[in-house]
Amino acid sequence: MKNKILPFSVTIIFGIIFFIFYKGLEDSKIYIPDNNSKKEIPVFKTKDFFSGKNVKSTSIFELDKIYLLNIWSSWCVPCRQEHPFLMNLNLDNKVNIIGMNYKDNLKNAKNFLKDLGNPYKEIFIDLDGTIAIEWGAYGVPESFLIYNNEIIKKYIGPLNQKLVDEINLFIK
Amino acid sequence: MKFLKFILIVISLFSFSTVSAEENDKRNKITKNLRCLICQGQSVYDSDSEFANSLKIVVDKKLQEGLSEDQIYEYFRIKYGEWILYDPGLNKNTYILWLLPILIFLIGGAIIYKSFIIKNK
Repeated sequence: MKNKILPFSVTIIFGIIFFIFYKGLEDSKIYIPDNNSKKEIPVFKTKDFFSGKNVKSTSIFELDKIYLLNIWSSWCVPCRQEHPFLMNLNLDNKVNIIGMNYKDNLKNAKNFLKDLGNPYKEIFIDLDGTIAIEWGAYGVPESFLIYNNEIIKKYIGPLNQKLVDEINLFIK
Repeated sequence: MKFLKFILIVISLFSFSTVSAEENDKRNKITKNLRCLICQGQSVYDSDSEFANSLKIVVDKKLQEGLSEDQIYEYFRIKYGEWILYDPGLNKNTYILWLLPILIFLIGGAIIYKSFIIKNK
């Protein structure tokens, strides 16, 4: 009896460990951020892109309107790719696109808009990237769909036709 | 223009020196416990990415606002989720992580007890 307990418990322990490691193998090791949880938008102070005047976030985002906050930068290559999609979204005029200019040179940013067009209703500046952190953003480009001061959905990376279709569904 | 730059550098140098060593230590400790989310495998402290640099500034700001270390962790946990912390709390996703060592310890202890102490009797 005594001799049987030891091999038995060892097998069970190895069984448990094997099970846990095996389950760990199935899990994806790539971190996927939570894109769907609703969160209130942060309150912050910043500067307007064109006039350089101080603005409060509460004056940018009003209740009962749908906004798309887009974090962009002139040095960011994927931002160039997604820009035509933003221009198209703006044509329908159903969503207010707000730009957050991320860690950018003002002159380059203005040239970027001159070359590719300006889909933004308003643009504010995030010079040191701290406002993006307040939003829980990872980098550029990133877009937030906002309704009633709540983040409905977060899009990390450049927008594409599929995502634009999804946004259009939300707007309707 | 050069003169202006020089003045700017001098001002920034002086503004850095006002940061006390203690606050710096605290900032380093906090940023070492935060994961750089876009450069996995590195802490915010180790990383020099845009994301990590901004995060360091935010930690500085929060310290200046008088937030405690735990409050700062909580702030980032709300913004980015549990993953940003290197020291995860006990919840339904992490209970195996926390309980496994205790479980192994107990089972190991039981084996030792069974095989040595009972045998000696």
